[in-house]
Parts: sequence; C-alpha cells; structure tokens
Amino acid sequence: MATATEQWVLVEMVQALYEAPAYHLILEGILILWIIRLLFSKTYKLQERSDLTVKEKEELIEEWQPEPLVPPVPKDHPALNYNIVSGPPSHKIVVNGKECINFASFNFLGLLDNPRVKAAALASLKKYGVGTCGPRGFYGTFDVHLDLEDRLAKFMKTEEAIIYSYGFATIASAIPAYSKRGDIVFVDRAACFAIQKGLQASRSDIKLFKHNDMADLERLLKEQEIEDQKNPRKARVTRRFIVVEGLYMNTGTICPLPELVKLKYKYKARIFLEESLSFGVLGEHGRGVTEHYGINIDDIDLISANMENALASIGGFCCGRSFVIDHQRLSGQGYCFSASLPPLLAAAAIEALNIMEENPGIFAVLKEKCRQIHKALQGISGLKVVGESFSPAFHLQLEESTRSREQDVRLLQEIVDQCMNKNIALTQARYLEKEEKCLPPPSIRVVVTVEQTEEELERAASTIKEVAQVVLL
Amino acid sequence: MEIDVVQWSSAEQSQGREPKQNGKPHFYDKLIVESFEEAPLHVVVFTYMAYGIGTLFGYLRDFLRNWGIEKCNAAVERKEQKDFVPLYQDFENFYTRNLYMRIRDNWNRPICSAPGPLFDVMERVSDDYNWTFRFTGRIIKDVINMGSYNFLGLADKYDESMKTIKDVLEVYGTGVASTRHEMGTLDKHKELEDLVAKFLNVEAAMVFGMGFATNSMNIPALVGKGCLILSDELNHTSLVLGARLSGATIRVFKHNNTQSLEKLLRDAVIYGQPRTRRAWKKILILVEGTYSMEGSIVHLPQILALKKKYKAYLYIDEAHSIGAVGPTGRGVTEFFGLDPHEVDVLMGTFTKSFGASGGYIAGRKDLVDYLRVHSHSAVYATSMSPPIAEQIIRSLKFIMGLDGTTQGLQRVQQLAKNTRYFRQRLQEMGFIIYGNENASVVPLLLYMPGKVAAFARHMLQEKKIGVVVVGFPATPLAEARARFCVSASHTREMLDTVLEALDETGDLLRLKYSRHKKSARPELYDETSFELED
Repeated sequence: MATATEQWVLVEMVQALYEAPAYHLILEGILILWIIRLLFSKTYKLQERSDLTVKEKEELIEEWQPEPLVPPVPKDHPALNYNIVSGPPSHKIVVNGKECINFASFNFLGLLDNPRVKAAALASLKKYGVGTCGPRGFYGTFDVHLDLEDRLAKFMKTEEAIIYSYGFATIASAIPAYSKRGDIVFVDRAACFAIQKGLQASRSDIKLFKHNDMADLERLLKEQEIEDQKNPRKARVTRRFIVVEGLYMNTGTICPLPELVKLKYKYKARIFLEESLSFGVLGEHGRGVTEHYGINIDDIDLISANMENALASIGGFCCGRSFVIDHQRLSGQGYCFSASLPPLLAAAAIEALNIMEENPGIFAVLKEKCRQIHKALQGISGLKVVGESFSPAFHLQLEESTRSREQDVRLLQEIVDQCMNKNIALTQARYLEKEEKCLPPPSIRVVVTVEQTEEELERAASTIKEVAQVVLL
Repeated sequence: MEIDVVQWSSAEQSQGREPKQNGKPHFYDKLIVESFEEAPLHVVVFTYMAYGIGTLFGYLRDFLRNWGIEKCNAAVERKEQKDFVPLYQDFENFYTRNLYMRIRDNWNRPICSAPGPLFDVMERVSDDYNWTFRFTGRIIKDVINMGSYNFLGLADKYDESMKTIKDVLEVYGTGVASTRHEMGTLDKHKELEDLVAKFLNVEAAMVFGMGFATNSMNIPALVGKGCLILSDELNHTSLVLGARLSGATIRVFKHNNTQSLEKLLRDAVIYGQPRTRRAWKKILILVEGTYSMEGSIVHLPQILALKKKYKAYLYIDEAHSIGAVGPTGRGVTEFFGLDPHEVDVLMGTFTKSFGASGGYIAGRKDLVDYLRVHSHSAVYATSMSPPIAEQIIRSLKFIMGLDGTTQGLQRVQQLAKNTRYFRQRLQEMGFIIYGNENASVVPLLLYMPGKVAAFARHMLQEKKIGVVVVGFPATPLAEARARFCVSASHTREMLDTVLEALDETGDLLRLKYSRHKKSARPELYDETSFELED
C-alpha cells in the first residue's frame, strides 16, 4: 500500500516539473544556487572586521596611560593625622601628649589593664611564645584555643563555639559560609561595615529594611512569600536569613528580638545575631540580648561577637548549635586560611571570662552609669543623644545639621578637640563615606566604662555642655 | 643596581641570565631551578580509581543513612525548624561527609607547647570512625615539627631575650579596643611601621592586625570598578577574596607563566574593556612571592619587565617569602637582586618568619598615606595588639642585626642551607618534589588519598614526626601532597632523622615515583656543595 502511494507521489512530482511554468523553475533554480552559495561562504563577525596590524598594536600599547595607582591625598586631610596614644589605652589615656579620661575606647568592663588578665597572658607567653605559626588545620590548634571555645560555649549555654583571630573577619567570614548566590538575606539598614562586607562576599540577594522597623521587614517577607508561590521549586532551595545586631554600633539602639523570633517562625527564615556591643553588657550575667529579653538561645541560629570590646582581647567568636557552627570549620575563610589566634590573647580572653563569671554585679553597675550620663547629656542645645539609655556606646548628633556633611564633621571635630583640651578624650564615629551602603550622619561617639567614677561622668557631661554651647552658638 | 630589563624576552622563562652592568655576582645570574615533574600514568589512574571507589561507597553509605539502616552520627537540624529550607545542600557536603571524614584525624591536631622545632602533640583517638574525638590525656612529647611555618625559628617558648615583650605586656595590656582612626593608634604602631619601612628599604609602611584581612581589606581600596586585576592561578584565598570584593574585572593567568600574563596584558591594553572598548583605568597584577602549595618562587624579573612595558601595577604578597628568601631575608626582591622601589605594593605577613601575627603593606609614601585614609581596616577594624607589635619589633631588630649580634643573619643563612640540603636529599631518594630549589616550603607528592592518611599517621605514631598533608580542595583532586616547612632551628641531626624516616616510609608506602636517575655515587656529597656561594 505504502509503496503504491510513494510511487504515485513520485510520478506526480515528475509530472509537475514538466508542467510548471518556466519562470517558476528558473526562480527555484536561482534560490537553490543562492542557498548553496551562502552555505559555502565564510561567516564573519562585524566587530572583528578590522584587524589591527602589529604596528598599530604597538602604538596603542605606547599611548595607553593608566590612572595613578592612588590619587593624591591632601596633607591636611582630617583622617591622615591619627590621634597617637602613648602608653596603654586604659581609663586614663595619654593622647597626643595630654592626659585625658578615656571616653572613646570600647573598654566596657575595664579589663584592659586588669592585673589578672595580664598575669594570665604572661603565663601563656612564657609557655607558648607569641605566634602560632600556622592555621588551625596545620598544628595551629593549641589547647588554649580548645579551652576558650569550650568556655565560651558553656558561658553562652550553646553547644559549640568557634574562634576567629580577628573581630572584623568573624562575621565577614560567617555569613558567606552559609549564604550563597541565590539565597536571600534581610538585613537592617544600620548594619555595620563588617556585615556589609560579609554580605558582599556571599553574593546573595540583599534586602534592606528600615532600621528596627518590624513592619517594613514583615512587608518584605510577605513580598518574598508571594514570589515563592509563583515558583515553588526555586523557593524550596532558596535559604533565607535575617541579619541583625544586638546593640547597633551605628545608632546605639537595641533590636526587637522577640518580634524577630516570631517573624522567624512565621516566614521560616534563620536569624544571625551580631552581638559585638551587647556581649558582656546586656543581660543579668552578660550573655547579651537573648538574656536581656529572656529568649531561648536555641531560637537564634548563630550568634557572632568580637572579643575586642568587653573581653579586652583580640579576635571574635561564633556560637550556636553544633549543626550550624561545625560547618564553619571547613568553610569559614577567615578560619581555615588564616593563622590562629596567638595563645596569649586567648589566655587573656579566658581570664576575662572568669572575671565576668565571678562578678556578675558589674553589668548592673555599667547599666547604672550609662543611665546616669544619658540623663546628664539630655538637653544640650544643639546636640541630641542617639541611643538607648542602657547602651554603653551611644552617639551625639547635631540637632540641626548644616547642609554639607563636611561642615558638620568640622563642627563636631571642633567640639572633640576642645573637649580634649579639657582632658576628656572623645572621638567622632568614623566611616568610609564612599563605601557605606547607608551612611549614618556624622556624630560623636561616647563610650561608658565601669571604671569611670560618677564625678568623672558628671565632669564629662558638663564639659561637653560648655563646649557645645561655645562652638554651636 | 641598575639593570636594563627591557632586553628581557618572555622566552627566557626558566633561566635567570641577564647582562650585568657591573661585575658583582648574585643569585640573579644563576639558573632558576624549578621542577614540577609529572606523575607516572599508573599512579594517576589508581588515584582516580581510589576517588571513584570512595564516591561509590559514599553513595552507598548515604543511602543506608537515609533509610535509617545505618546510624547517622552527624549533628541534625532542630525539630522546630525541620520545615525550614535546609541549611546545607546534600551534595555540598558529600565530600566532607564521606571522604574527608574518613581521614579527618590528620588535621586540626592540637598541640600544647610552643611551635618550635620540637613540640608536644596531644594524643586523641576516635571511637566512632572520626565523627568525634576524645583526648586520652597522653601527650606525645618532642615530636619533630615539620608543619609549622616557623622559618627562622623565632616562635619559641619564652627566653630572656623576650623580656621586652613581658614589659610591654605589663604596661600596655593585651587589647586595644579601638580602630586606627579613632583611639587605637599607639606609639608602638608608629615605631613598628618605621622599622618595617627601614627593613624593606622603602619609604613607608602600614601594619594591620591580621594577615588575611590585610589583603581582603586593602585591595578593594586600591582598585574598583573599571579596573583590571590579573591574578595568578594559584593565588591564596585572601587575594582572591580581596579581588572579588573590589568589584574589578578579574582575569587569571597560568601559574608563574610569563607568556600567559603577557598575552592577557596585550589584550587588555589593546582592546580595553569588553564590549565598551574603553580603556581600563588601571591594571593590577597580583602575585605571591613564594607559593606555599607549590613551593615555587615568582619569576620576578620577567614580570617586572612586563609591568614596565605595559604600564601595569604590581602587588606582591610576600607572606611566605619575607624573612625566608634572599641573602639577608628581605624577600623576593633581594633574592633576584632587584630594587624594592620597582614593585608598587609590597605586602606581607608577620605570622610566618617573625613568629607573631598581623600583616603589612609597604611602598611609596603616597600609597601608604592613601591607605591610612581609605583602608577598610584602618576605619573599622581593631589595631594590632601591643605585645604582638613588640614581638615583631624584636624579630625585625634581630634579623637586621640592630640588637648588636649577627645571629639574625646566621639564621637566614642556616635556613637556606637547610632548605637546599633537604630538597637535594629528597630528590636523590626518588620522591617527586615540586618547586624552586631555594623555597623553604617543600611539597612531596603523594597522589592517592589512602597514602595521604597512611603517611600522616605513620609519621606521627611510629616516627614521632609531625607532617602536614593537604588534599582536595586546597590542591587539585589528583595531586594530594605532604608539605614540609624547613626551619632555621632544625639541626642537621633532626633533618637527618626526618630524612631517614621518609626513606623508610617511602619504601613502605611505595612513594618514590620519580623517574629521574638517581646519583650514581651518592657518597660524594659533602658539606661544601650545600654552602651558599658568595
């Protein structure tokens, strides 16, 4: 049957050829020839049509002038001349030759010149020397490190802790270890620079929500939920994270953790909490924001803090459940590819932790002092206090800013310089103006420590009042 | 000394010959001797087979664990969060769970003494196949340390020469609690920076608290969008991270291959940015002085010639070469007899040869001033701790001879002697060694994952020698290796002990893959052939 129809079609075709008009045949013939020609002709890209000769290439190489490696910096740039501290940065500090009371170093618990901490560091120096000469994986793990990790985990009542040798690198390595390209991170606008760098290294989608505004965060989370419903397959593999700080470095405010935990369970996002300023400050025993609010620490997936503020050492740590923390031992870049913390600094941190555990009363004392100076600084004309009343590091901003940031910075620097002349050491909060995502307004940072007496706090407050009145007239 | 480098052609890649302007001989004239021998075919086949079998077993075990037939020892997600999106994807951790976990006891070995030439390792055992460890309480004493980066032997337990560190610790304390811009610049930092600049013979230097962070926070300050970074294939993670964070375009050239670099440079200068064809703002070449995984030293003279011709900028990371390479320990520029002013950015760390921690960037004064103002680390990260700074000051004075003795110089020379002796003997024995004959990091190729574990365990338990083994992902999959760090404080007896042990282990595990002819009369080697010639 099939062959008969085939034959029939063939006969039809041959007949059609004979019967077709001439112009039709000629047209088809030309088309076929054209196709054959196109098939065999060389293809070329329009851009590459002009090939440069060797001589032209050499000329281009000769002519090219790059920008200078670094643009020149004017000699009187405000950031070029640092305040030089001679001697230890402790309670009474010698800045640029003048002895002042220190309201600028983050020495919250006054442990920088504690003799027990120094003795522990000295004992460690005698046994181990200074450096560790290797990363953790290659004989850089000392028993001191394992001890410190144990103690931190026990203190924070979590399963495991991991130490880094630099505070900045802690959160900047922790975030990219979990959040990769394609994941979504909801982060507060006032997050500190280290968090911003961690997010940039992770290459995830960043969604900023207004500072401490839970309604804005919920709006973003709802939007994301709607997106998820459009593409459920992708949603099943996209991880979500919320990154917040306990006490924000840039504003001195506290994050509303209970609402965050509620949002976490409602929208299934994990919380990373950065507690550099609140570790050793908030809570009955100094355990941070979770103790302050009475939240179960297992509800927070990762707590990261640096040991450079309250613990008066160098480095940082992350703590949480083993399921979460153990991953960083192989994927935390600042952990695997960097030398470990010098043992004398680890020993100093352990001793500082001992002191914190032995006198839990200092946290209440610190809170009281913060409240005192916070009250004393209210009502200065021209300056407003930004930050919680129990935050030991808060800001003084200009009430009415002049239009230009430079002018504001100069005014504040004038205030700082005059306070320095009256033996109160203050500093402006420094930022890299071009690199910050949401640049905070210029401000003076005031730091309260346990070592400051009430008279000194009163004196500082009145000095700032006087100077502000003179400068901001 | 003036050297006319324009006459260099990129064809002279593995030879260091150059017309001298004056008659002074130095390393520059010698041939650069490097070797990267390839493995015999059967070894490569067996290595891949081993990984294949490991992977198959991995799938089998995962299957068993999934269906509950085998107990799962790993930590699990919380019950309340079981319906969250999983934190880790299964295949991400496949290698960790199934291959790394089997031989995990060879890494993260805790020690309890200073990382000197001999150290004490804490013994630990595992009852559940490396999922958890426990310490038996026994300490393996006086293990020979071939793993720590202690090139000049300056990381040792306390002795009287470290008294200044004790004093600084008692006066200054351990922490700083502030950044460089705010209240964290101590007079110690200024002293240290001046000394580093003097040591390196450049105009100015700046120090930072962490070596890794020095790269990742300063490269973004130097280059940005619209710039081009040409980075070596095998650069360290910190350089790669810094390059990525900067936002510049990154192009990779083959390891230490000047032709590959030249091709990229030509294309970059002639054709400009892709698609827009605009000229690049700047071109930065990122290389390291000594590459720790390969043991190779950068071909600096050729790269400097290229840099001058194409007007690019050069950034050298001397983490492993500062203090260890060069007749007086000043790094690769001294090794090749070049002027350090020709390199734009000299970066290094204090962790390896100086026995402390932290990093520095040195160069012209305007570069360092710019970094003082714009570096991320100066504004947001804590400055270096004072006792660490004092240790670096002490080490620098020691190496430069400013403490009145020549011990520093002797140590640098002893390191060079030890390195050449060690490498020569290993090559004679028939092992495959990578790298330059003057690099004090010696990679010995093991290839097969089973031998990696057996080697490390045997050396520690039977021979009491601590070695470092490295596998995937720090090295290519089929090139697992053991890496020795020779130190100036290793005595000839210690090195001989290690070499004997390596000989026996090499025979036991059949590691002597090299196909080069062994010397016919080994007894003719004597002291003088390992001396430095000057």
